[in-house]
Amino acid sequence: MDRVTAKPRLATAWLGGCSGCHMSFLDLDERLIELARLVDLCYSPIADVKEFPEGVDIALVEGAVANEDHLRDLRLIRQRSKTLVAFGDCAVTGNVTAMRNLFTVEDVLQRAYKEATVVSGLPTGNEIVPKLLNRVLRVQDVVKVDHFLPGCPPPADAIYGFVTDLVAGRTPAAEGRKFGA
Amino acid sequence: MSRQIVIEPVTRIEGHAKISIQLDHAGGVQSAKFHVTEFRGFEKLCEGRPFQEMPGLMSRICGICPASHVLASSKAGDMLLGVEVPPAAEKQRRLVNYAQVLQSHALSFFHLSSPDLLLGMDSPPAKRNLFGLIERDRDFARRGIRLRQFGQHVIELAGGKRIHPGWSGPGGVHRQFSTEQRDEILRTLPESVESISLALDWLKGVLDSFSAEVRHMGNFPSLFLGTVSNEGGLEYYDGTLRITDSSGNIVADGLDPKSYFTYLGEASEDYSFMKNAFYKPIGYRKGHYRVGPLARLNVANFAGTPRADGELQEFKQRASGAVCESFHYHLARLIEMLHCVERIEELLGEPQLYEENVQAKASLNKREGIGSCEAPRGTLFHHYFVDQNGLMTKANLLIATGQNHQAMNQAVEQTARHFLKPVTAGAQPNEGILNRLEAAIRCYDPCLSCSTHAMGQMPLIVEMIEPGGAVRARIGRESPCELS
Repeated sequence: MDRVTAKPRLATAWLGGCSGCHMSFLDLDERLIELARLVDLCYSPIADVKEFPEGVDIALVEGAVANEDHLRDLRLIRQRSKTLVAFGDCAVTGNVTAMRNLFTVEDVLQRAYKEATVVSGLPTGNEIVPKLLNRVLRVQDVVKVDHFLPGCPPPADAIYGFVTDLVAGRTPAAEGRKFGA
Repeated sequence: MSRQIVIEPVTRIEGHAKISIQLDHAGGVQSAKFHVTEFRGFEKLCEGRPFQEMPGLMSRICGICPASHVLASSKAGDMLLGVEVPPAAEKQRRLVNYAQVLQSHALSFFHLSSPDLLLGMDSPPAKRNLFGLIERDRDFARRGIRLRQFGQHVIELAGGKRIHPGWSGPGGVHRQFSTEQRDEILRTLPESVESISLALDWLKGVLDSFSAEVRHMGNFPSLFLGTVSNEGGLEYYDGTLRITDSSGNIVADGLDPKSYFTYLGEASEDYSFMKNAFYKPIGYRKGHYRVGPLARLNVANFAGTPRADGELQEFKQRASGAVCESFHYHLARLIEMLHCVERIEELLGEPQLYEENVQAKASLNKREGIGSCEAPRGTLFHHYFVDQNGLMTKANLLIATGQNHQAMNQAVEQTARHFLKPVTAGAQPNEGILNRLEAAIRCYDPCLSCSTHAMGQMPLIVEMIEPGGAVRARIGRESPCELS
């Protein structure tokens, strides 16, 4: 809990994915105003705090684990969050992000930059650009996951129900969710 | 000793990235770069899959502009089939594309950039976000939320789903549009016009207080590229490409998007997963061009809708040639939003939109298909090759944000030069100044998921680098740490 506001601290993070789950979160529309009353959004790609903070109550993690930065970030998120939710199909199953597992990293990179004029080499992992993992992993392959919220993306209603359940200390209900929703 | 400043992650943008600034011996800015740190490889992972699946798969490149990817992909599929889609399908696609541009622009302006404009570039970072905006000015925030909702709702009504709508594919769309759906859109349309007009007046009213940012946060000459109609007006779904220079002269006109690869090239550098696009006749670096709202308004002669035309005329008065200030992407975005709502209303009045025939039926007729459209951030190209069974053998994707790559580097560099005072080793640069570097990037509303066919949040780190290239010190926004 935030010491000042005494509201639960909500964080959202984005690993290897399309941001569609975050967009579905924004599809709460005016319920975002309601949510602002219920929680303190302490970390998110739509906010300016640069480092994942300590003492997070609920962390929604979108995306699969595709590079070394994701590994590092996810471990930190787990360490600093009471409840970690695998948010959307890429986090839950690897989904589209993991489709590159059918190929080697080299083949995937070669293909993407094949047509390009290579000026200073391929971005294959250096001081600035993180190294891609050989295999894209699910969130649960790296850390313990407390809840799974599937969907590509999860519908806004499901997100709202899930988060308000967690905020109220209830176990989020799973009914009403279907494959590919 | 030369040093580098790195900002990581860059936030309130749609992707994972960093900014690095190379300092000279005196601690002044030598150069700056923008790095995209995500990569997903859609060009490869589509291989071996049927081309009919591509709109659904390529949509997953980006959760912010999925409908634009669906459209470019569907159009590439139309070409593989060798068909022209029925008028109703074309109208529906146009309707959804306007809604896509509208909702994405609302996100960029209200949710992501307006905290800088309304709360201030130097306001406390913990509050400088949508929730801080809700706290400060609930009505303004609510209007932004409802504008994005309006666009999303149009997509949902026509496409069946707000994010990753699967209703369009090779040959047309999969469902008929109804007058009930029209009525539902018309109910909230006037409010959208009102909200955009209010935002436009408000932005124009505060421009003076951001005069330093307007002048020095990415104000430079470049080429501009965008789609125009046969008459030279704004066009988002189908047309030819026009390139103009910063004096407003036409450099190339009537370019067929289907032969984009003959005049547009891409270069890769090891410092970013994002490629750099350039105009081939001029060559890499010098031939860099900008796309997106500012470029579209610069290349088009007129908008073609009354309110947007009024605004566009006023906009064009801001410069004798092209409007070159990156900051004016915000203004251009709002004018485009107005245009999109006007076009949506216009389309809803066209009887063809409601026709039953929405799908041209054909089997595979060609082995190469190219589809392009104007996505929110600029011109988008999908280029597919298939085998005799229609299975993908190769894809090339030229994405809007990649075409703004060099412009973003230049904007960051200019901002750093103007606002960042000489930094002594180990000193922490002012937070508001770092935010301006990010704000320069936010003008372009980069979608990094798109640009590297990946997505995430952009980091902001300042690295100090020695002439040999070794990182001397690294300053994160909240966690300064010495590496040496």
